[in-house]
Amino acid sequence: MADVMKLQFEVNDGDFTRAGETSSKVKKTLTQLGFSPIVIRKVAIAMYEGEINMVIHANGGTIDVEIYSEKILIVMQDKGPGIADIEKAMQAGFSTADSKVRELGFGAGMGLPNMKKYSDEMEITTEIGKGTCVKLTINVKE
Amino acid sequence: METYWHSVTLNKDLCKGCTHCLKLCPTQAIRVQGGKAKILKERCIDCGECIRVCPYHAKKGVADSLDMLKNFKHNVALVAPAFYGQFSRTEDINVILSALLDLGFDDVFEVARGAQVISQKTKELLKSGELMKPAISSACPAVLRLIAIKFPNLIPNVVPLKSPMEISAEQARCEAIEKTGFKPCEIGIFFISPCAAKATFVKGNYTVKKSEVDGVIPIKDICIEMSRSVNKMAEEDIKNLRVSGRSGVLWATSGGEAEATDAQKHIAVDEIHNIIKLFEDIEDGKMDDIDYVEALACPGGCVGGPLTTENSFSARSKIQRMCKNLEDNSQPFSDEINMYWDEAIVYRPIMNLDSDINIAMQKMNEIEELYNEFPKLDCGSCGSPSCLALAEDIVRGYAKETDCIFKLREKVSALARDMLELESQNTLFVNKKTEDK
Repeated sequence: MADVMKLQFEVNDGDFTRAGETSSKVKKTLTQLGFSPIVIRKVAIAMYEGEINMVIHANGGTIDVEIYSEKILIVMQDKGPGIADIEKAMQAGFSTADSKVRELGFGAGMGLPNMKKYSDEMEITTEIGKGTCVKLTINVKE
Repeated sequence: METYWHSVTLNKDLCKGCTHCLKLCPTQAIRVQGGKAKILKERCIDCGECIRVCPYHAKKGVADSLDMLKNFKHNVALVAPAFYGQFSRTEDINVILSALLDLGFDDVFEVARGAQVISQKTKELLKSGELMKPAISSACPAVLRLIAIKFPNLIPNVVPLKSPMEISAEQARCEAIEKTGFKPCEIGIFFISPCAAKATFVKGNYTVKKSEVDGVIPIKDICIEMSRSVNKMAEEDIKNLRVSGRSGVLWATSGGEAEATDAQKHIAVDEIHNIIKLFEDIEDGKMDDIDYVEALACPGGCVGGPLTTENSFSARSKIQRMCKNLEDNSQPFSDEINMYWDEAIVYRPIMNLDSDINIAMQKMNEIEELYNEFPKLDCGSCGSPSCLALAEDIVRGYAKETDCIFKLREKVSALARDMLELESQNTLFVNKKTEDK
């Protein structure tokens, strides 16, 4: 019997038109698997924020999703510049997005704070010049 | 899972088994089996997209007929504002309302009045800050059904108010009792409807314990008789029946309802596929700064309903012209009418593959494996709306792999190869036998 389901998505650099696509696919999968709406909402928002971050700051990357009956693990690995000051990046409203991105309505500085808000565990590893990896865990409570 | 009565139904004799409705259905509720379409009742939301797209008119919205009027002593036509845009010869609301009396109704009641009351109440709720942002309108019954099966996370965002039709029916009955002295059950309240979803709502008593509407008459069923009456109406027969105001009448078209809420930031979305896209965005947290969302399943709003007759763009422009010189007067409703839902919307998880997550995962993997083998053309020839849907149907046990004509062709060629090979072996054997002789 399958006890884990793995999904992988490529996120392209700078492609705003496709942002939200992976979140939408994962939502559909989780719905079919019978997860509760609350869990699905948390995953959808956290993933959407992550996806947008990878598009605007980090030259794209990959998102791996592992689905277990008791938790959902999301690993987002990007090829971006890395985060110089994680503490600052975690503050609501702080953003390094340029004006072009802001004009598009993104870069409000809520990406990482929202990912934290909608996940149960969050782990960031980052290396300047190499990229950032955000690991999110969303627990499925009965 | 318990299913409910649907207005949208199929006329098998007219159905050719083509793929128009199959591919357009927003909830993938249609399959073609044995050359005929089949509606999956638990998935259908009665939006009427299939009625609109079917080139053979095999899909229809079942509702009631004027024959029902004889069951009551006093009949009131509950008129949807979209009705006002249906007639080419008149743009006078009083002419249209007076013509309804020719059809056998004793009185009329404009749903636009109810719309004004709901707008006012929504305004108050928005101001109070009690609503979850973005607040989503509860006026369109197809949208409520959509939320119940596809967007459970948005249930708390829906404004828990009854529809203008429902409160108007209640008020209409109160006023009729006062006017005639009849008992409530002797009064018939008939909604003149632009859509099938309203019929489903009334019969299914959705969000209300029991609908106050006694029957639903499709606009298209009375249009010929109405036009005849409108066209020959003499000046002295035009009664002054309109009491509704501008903001209520504008509910007939997309944007009218949202405008009337005075919400700072509002979105008016129409057409069911557009709504699904917007709801996905709301779910992802992209619309948290929006105050109010008006969502109407039909293109252009209720004027685009599948049971209307007039071109929706023409109807829209007529409604707008009518409203230009209309004041926004309103008539209050009785304080006794409860504007809130009797029952909340309940999530109907019809998409899940199994109640056990581990088994569901196994099924999901099987779907993935099957899907990878399919041509991904989404041609619909198998009878499922897409290759992925076919893979799901197979795993759910409703379809088989060879329903895919490409898979079937592969199997047939393989069989043909096998047969040739067998045949050649047979020849060897026969040859050997002759050699032995």
